[in-house]
Amino acid sequence: MAYAANAPAYPAWNRFTRGQRLARFVVYLVIVAAIVVSAQSVEIIPEFLADAPEQVADLFARMWPVDWSHYEGSVHSALMETIHIASLGTLLALLLALPVGILAAHNLVPFTPVNLLAKLILVSSRSVNSLVWALLFVGIFGPGALAGTLAIAFRSIGFVGKLFGEALEEAQAGPVEALAAAGAPWTSRMTFGYWPQVRPAFWSIALFRWDINVRESAVLGLVGAGGIGMALDAALNLFQWDRVALILIAIVIIVIVAEIVVTQVRKRVI
Amino acid sequence: MTTVAASSDPFPRSVWPKVAGILLAVYVIYACAQMEISWERVEIGLHNAAHFFSRLFPPNFARWELLVKGLLESLQIAVLASTLGIVLALPIGLAAARNLMPVWVTWPARIVIVMARSFHPVIVAILFVKAVGFGALAGILALTVASIGFIGKLFTEAIEEISEKQVEAVRATGAPFASVLWFGVLPQVFSRFIGFATYQLDSNLRNSTMVGIVGAGGIGGTLFAAFQRFDYDYVCAILISIIALIMIGELLASAVRAIFIDNATLRDFFRRGATRERHLEED
Repeated sequence: MAYAANAPAYPAWNRFTRGQRLARFVVYLVIVAAIVVSAQSVEIIPEFLADAPEQVADLFARMWPVDWSHYEGSVHSALMETIHIASLGTLLALLLALPVGILAAHNLVPFTPVNLLAKLILVSSRSVNSLVWALLFVGIFGPGALAGTLAIAFRSIGFVGKLFGEALEEAQAGPVEALAAAGAPWTSRMTFGYWPQVRPAFWSIALFRWDINVRESAVLGLVGAGGIGMALDAALNLFQWDRVALILIAIVIIVIVAEIVVTQVRKRVI
Repeated sequence: MTTVAASSDPFPRSVWPKVAGILLAVYVIYACAQMEISWERVEIGLHNAAHFFSRLFPPNFARWELLVKGLLESLQIAVLASTLGIVLALPIGLAAARNLMPVWVTWPARIVIVMARSFHPVIVAILFVKAVGFGALAGILALTVASIGFIGKLFTEAIEEISEKQVEAVRATGAPFASVLWFGVLPQVFSRFIGFATYQLDSNLRNSTMVGIVGAGGIGGTLFAAFQRFDYDYVCAILISIIALIMIGELLASAVRAIFIDNATLRDFFRRGATRERHLEED
């Protein structure tokens, strides 16, 4: 201790500057304030909360035994429709996202206004929830799978286009320059210069998005956009909880199957 | 001759892409037929589209009080669900990390995480609406479950990828387990954790505007009710507000990332607005 006291006074070492500490402190303050204000002002009805254990017990009692007899009639076709919505939606999104992704890549289209326009399209596609896209398309095309497919497609364009554009921007210029030096036209530079470099990224983006879309298409039916969500909505409105249980099990199985398919395909193809 | 012929095509094409293309085309035709999607329906829809958009615009902000109330409730749901979700996900994610915990701890934790991730938040919200009634609480609980699934999974992966050296060094000093975590593990995963947490807040904000569709509070209920009443100009106003809220949320999230990951100061934001962004891709 005595040694420490006699040592020359070095300036205290701090990991962060005063500005950085202040910024962090402001973030902490805002977070705490947001939590406190939210917790105080949120409307929670205590009677409902007190009732919860009873309601949960009631829920499970009504869900059991699961009503398997409905599978043949309505659930199977709705489940297949969900897969079709997810798959067709993903395919359409891939088709639409390819040109937008190319336009967003600065090394392919060295024209910043076009890049920004393409990025604006991608951002607006992503910032609208797929349920909102579904609402809009139900308004235009009426209830059904067509609205669901388009909702999935339009929500996915932003995701696929953004990742594909980034993959293109990361592609090495060497092979492309070699092709250009040999006098290759634009299409050949694309097919033999860029495509082999971004192909693995492209397929993994497509598979990843398909997996997400299977999950998302299961809920689109709640707003009338087809698939198993419609069956879920019907069962909920009739309070047929045993049928709801069947549908939930079906959704879990389809999500797990989709994940297995994606991992297997990724292992073999990419 | 044969050698020349063999090398004349420097890019030999495989047959498989063609086969796959044909199979894909057959599938598309089959699926469209199954779902009764046809060009006529698209055409009829496109005729409707003009009518639909003319009713969307101009947006009608006349009932802005209801709109603001719904947006605030969505914001509350997002904040509280993220807080609860993060607080619960950290111990679960830690328990699921195979490099720090024994097998009998990791398995139950992993099952919890997988179960939390298996349903879309809106479906979880349906179940919570039944359990705790209509209103914000159901939305908070549903999004808490979603947050546990997402943050728990990524936090586990982050912990499993840390360097063992620092952990061993802290352990070698005879530090208890809590100190190993605090000085050996957490500093290594902190910046990634900020990434997940801000991303999850962003994602919860998006979903909190949607859980209202099934009665779990927030602006979604107002949106769906307006939509079912064909009150399209109000729908448009709600959509614009939701998108604005989400964009503000995204800006705040990137500001937090800049402060904690890139060590930015408040002055940096005024000086050069744009900061280096790190994105976790959204789902």
